[in-house]
Amino acid sequence: MCFSRSRSASVTYQVQECFGYLPPPALKEISQRTNIRLSRVYGVVTFYAQFYTEPRGRHTIRVCRGTACHVKGAGRVLDAACRELGITEGETTPDLMFCLETVACLGTCFLAPVMMIDNQYFGRLTPQRVQSILRDYQTKQ
Amino acid sequence: MADRISLKIDAVEVTVPEGATILEAALSAGIDIPHLCYDPQLGLPPTSSCRLCVVQIEGTPGLVASCSHPATSGIVVHTDTEEIRQTRRMVIELLLSDHPHDCLTCEKSGDCDLQKYAYELAVKEPEHVGEAVRPEPIQDGPAIIYDRSKCILCGRCVEVCHNVEVTGAIDFLGRGFDTHIGLPPGLPRDQSVCTECGNCIDVCPTGALSFAGAEGAGRVWELERTVTICPYCGVGCQIVLQTRNNRLVKITGAPGLGVNHGRLCVKGHFGFDFINHPERLTQPLIRRNGELTPATWEEALDFAAERLAQVKADFGPDAIGGLSSAKCTNEENYVMQRFMRAAVGTNNIDHCARLCHASTVAGLARAFGSGAMTNSIEDFEKADAIFVIGSNTTECHPVIGAAIKRAAVQREVPLIVADPRAIELTEFATVHLCQKHGTDVALINGLIHVILQEGLEDKEFIAARTEDFEQLQAAVAPYTPEFAEKITGVPAEDIIRAARLYAKAPAASIVFAMGITQHTTGTDNVLALANLAMVTGNVGKPGAGVNPLRGQNNVQGACDLGALSNVYPGYQKVDDEQARANFEAAWGVLLPANVGLTVVEMINAAAEGDLKALYIIGENPMLSDPDLSHVEEGLRNLELLIVQDIFLTETAQLADVVLPATGFAEKDGTFTNTERRVQRVRQALPPPGEARLDWEITCDLARRLGYEMSYPDVAAIQDEIAQLTPIYGGITYERLEQGSLQWPCPDSTHPGTPFLHKDQFTRGRGKFHPVQFIPAQELPDDDYPFVLSTGRILQHFHTGTMSRRTKVLDELVPVGAIEIHPDDAQELGVGDGQPVKVISRRGEIEIAARVTDRVVPGTVFLAFHYREAPANRLTIAALDPVAKIPEFKVCAVKIGPAD
Repeated sequence: MCFSRSRSASVTYQVQECFGYLPPPALKEISQRTNIRLSRVYGVVTFYAQFYTEPRGRHTIRVCRGTACHVKGAGRVLDAACRELGITEGETTPDLMFCLETVACLGTCFLAPVMMIDNQYFGRLTPQRVQSILRDYQTKQ
Repeated sequence: MADRISLKIDAVEVTVPEGATILEAALSAGIDIPHLCYDPQLGLPPTSSCRLCVVQIEGTPGLVASCSHPATSGIVVHTDTEEIRQTRRMVIELLLSDHPHDCLTCEKSGDCDLQKYAYELAVKEPEHVGEAVRPEPIQDGPAIIYDRSKCILCGRCVEVCHNVEVTGAIDFLGRGFDTHIGLPPGLPRDQSVCTECGNCIDVCPTGALSFAGAEGAGRVWELERTVTICPYCGVGCQIVLQTRNNRLVKITGAPGLGVNHGRLCVKGHFGFDFINHPERLTQPLIRRNGELTPATWEEALDFAAERLAQVKADFGPDAIGGLSSAKCTNEENYVMQRFMRAAVGTNNIDHCARLCHASTVAGLARAFGSGAMTNSIEDFEKADAIFVIGSNTTECHPVIGAAIKRAAVQREVPLIVADPRAIELTEFATVHLCQKHGTDVALINGLIHVILQEGLEDKEFIAARTEDFEQLQAAVAPYTPEFAEKITGVPAEDIIRAARLYAKAPAASIVFAMGITQHTTGTDNVLALANLAMVTGNVGKPGAGVNPLRGQNNVQGACDLGALSNVYPGYQKVDDEQARANFEAAWGVLLPANVGLTVVEMINAAAEGDLKALYIIGENPMLSDPDLSHVEEGLRNLELLIVQDIFLTETAQLADVVLPATGFAEKDGTFTNTERRVQRVRQALPPPGEARLDWEITCDLARRLGYEMSYPDVAAIQDEIAQLTPIYGGITYERLEQGSLQWPCPDSTHPGTPFLHKDQFTRGRGKFHPVQFIPAQELPDDDYPFVLSTGRILQHFHTGTMSRRTKVLDELVPVGAIEIHPDDAQELGVGDGQPVKVISRRGEIEIAARVTDRVVPGTVFLAFHYREAPANRLTIAALDPVAKIPEFKVCAVKIGPAD
């Protein structure tokens, strides 16, 4: 039996890599297999913003709301994404395809306004480009 | 001994052992430094999160947290400068910025550390006002309320749960403003690992955690506090009864108090509603025209005494039997056995120890010369290995269970658990030996065989301190690990591993309970354990020993004070002429020389018509004894049944006269816990109605039988006990007020005995007894294919007379269930929670199935707490030939669909 907080973080992260999020049965299994108390596993999971206990979309969209992007029309970019996906910031599409988030800065102000989908950057966006990029993603699947 | 260092705190020279913190140094000198997250009584490293305990060290920039900063030689510390007060004020103001200011109606008012420090630091209106989070309090079980808005996130509850109780049910959840304390989300409390021990409530410095049952019942200054002993198991935890207007409001531990260091279990904390219960007996009852009807004390005592005298005149004193009570005090047990022996004139006196540890007393007395737990509870903190066999410690002796878990987790002590079920301790075990029921002798002999084979025995100890070693060698020779595996089902390699772990530890402790004793081979099982301990030299030193855990709060005391058919107080044999002469002189009558009848023998004699009258104090054989149909037959066959109890139990319902007695909270006296510790029991409440003290009732009966027996108070009874009982010889009420004493305590200057058999065994040399495996009396066959084992669960106690009349415990586990393995359940077509009929050769019951892999296929487990499904209607009254203990742990049953 183990009560360590530090040990549970890495194994939990790897499990999330598999499922995209941490369903309760997976957390229970982590607790049983590692002998770390379930309360402690949840303590770590609920502390870090990187852990998700709700299902996530296959793709994570991060719209930058940094100063440069804001000036260049980040608000319109976000509106376009919301309109296209039918969800608001922080939500996941019902088909579990997209999660929509905003971030403070993506560090690529020269591309403003900018968003990321998974690990890919999209810069100098307009509402029309947002729409076509998202439609490309939808048809690719 | 660690080096000692000196430092100066607030101009006071303080000397402490090296390694102490500044806060510890200050507290030891009586200087109180405010602290919230650190609780010195937990004995845990500080978490250093509240920053309230900051102090100034001269020559060091800034302030340091005194709870974690080590005291170093020569430093000069200031604990109360204006700069420090400013910093502390800031801490309190920040805490209060997100804390409701409702001290006027808060349960914790007057007992709240936050309130205290706000007052001491003169914090008025909070400077920092922000958006306040005010979630509703959560009550997700019968006992514990969590009010997040009052939580200061000090983490004491998390610390006590993880590192003292080693339960780990709760933790910090979330982050930032959202941080709170909780169970894993989405899991109801009763499905989590929380045992509702309630220790989180006791350590909470604010009103964030509280007991639901005490809401609105009074605050600290309105409650009276009485320190006494818990009435449940044999651990003997000290508890604080908090009363108001003659009602028990709540029970708490007190910081650092007693063998439990202030910690309690769910029963000790919350299992007390029975005391003020409306069903308490408040007046005597006499059976008239078949009905129990109210009577005066004069009528009831005259009735009982006249009928007793008549039976004695017609059939002789041996037609009368007495059952004393392991729930009653030492003084009451002493008076009861004196009554039976001197006033009635028979040794037919026994009590429920016969049903739990008679085989321990018999076995250890033969091997060592004394039948008690050899070492102390504290010794589990010193053991280098712990071998738990036949004890579900975390459920039946939870406070000791936690100590064993701490040893396994924090000190990484090898833990060997031998149990046919997967109990909680098996999760913590280095090796789990899952032996078949009733094969303990084969298992233990197998362990000894390996130890001798590998030369791991303590040759010096065997030569110097023991006798008959050659007989042991010969006896265990056939028990190779492979042979033991065949009998026990435990893989040979596990037996070898366990033997090595146990034998190689410098001090290894054996812990056992009913799983060892409640067999027809109970005495053999105990002798085998004594052999194991002696062969490795694990007797007579700290951290080692053979440690039977006693089941009842005062079962040790009831045995010590002679509520047994074969011994006077202090285990002086009734057939020893010298002992008898001593008691005859003291009690002024001639005493019978023949050994009396034991519990089950009395029931048998009653059924056969040889026993005519039975006087039962605080026992409920109609649920607790094996083969209940037979018990009922016996009790109904009596000419006179006198029952003295606090409730109209299943047994009292059959009585001719019922005498209302007092509960633990209503009397003074002493209990002796499992480690031979005599502790004071103190009255906190008046008895209900006309209920009277047990010893006074018994004395009144004696007088009516023409035997003068009276005492001014309990202290006088103890004085008489001390004169006649060498092991209690130095125990007086005066000394007990200063602290508890562990017997043997032969004279008034003796400090008591933490562990027995130090330089020599009580009997001189320890004696090896060769024992051989004998199967249980009733094994499964084609007609009755399952092995039934009975026992207890955490939330209830024995026949439920107390625990099932308690709201919290009854809500936690309202009904019984029989544990069945999933494979068996599937074959039987039974789902979890579905009712089944359990049938043995002696009776049948209906009960719900609990499908669980805690039990192995082919076996089922049933708790015996439930009058609506009494396990003992099924059990067999087969007895151990030496100790006369029944085989509660093994009988054969079949399982079918419920009607």
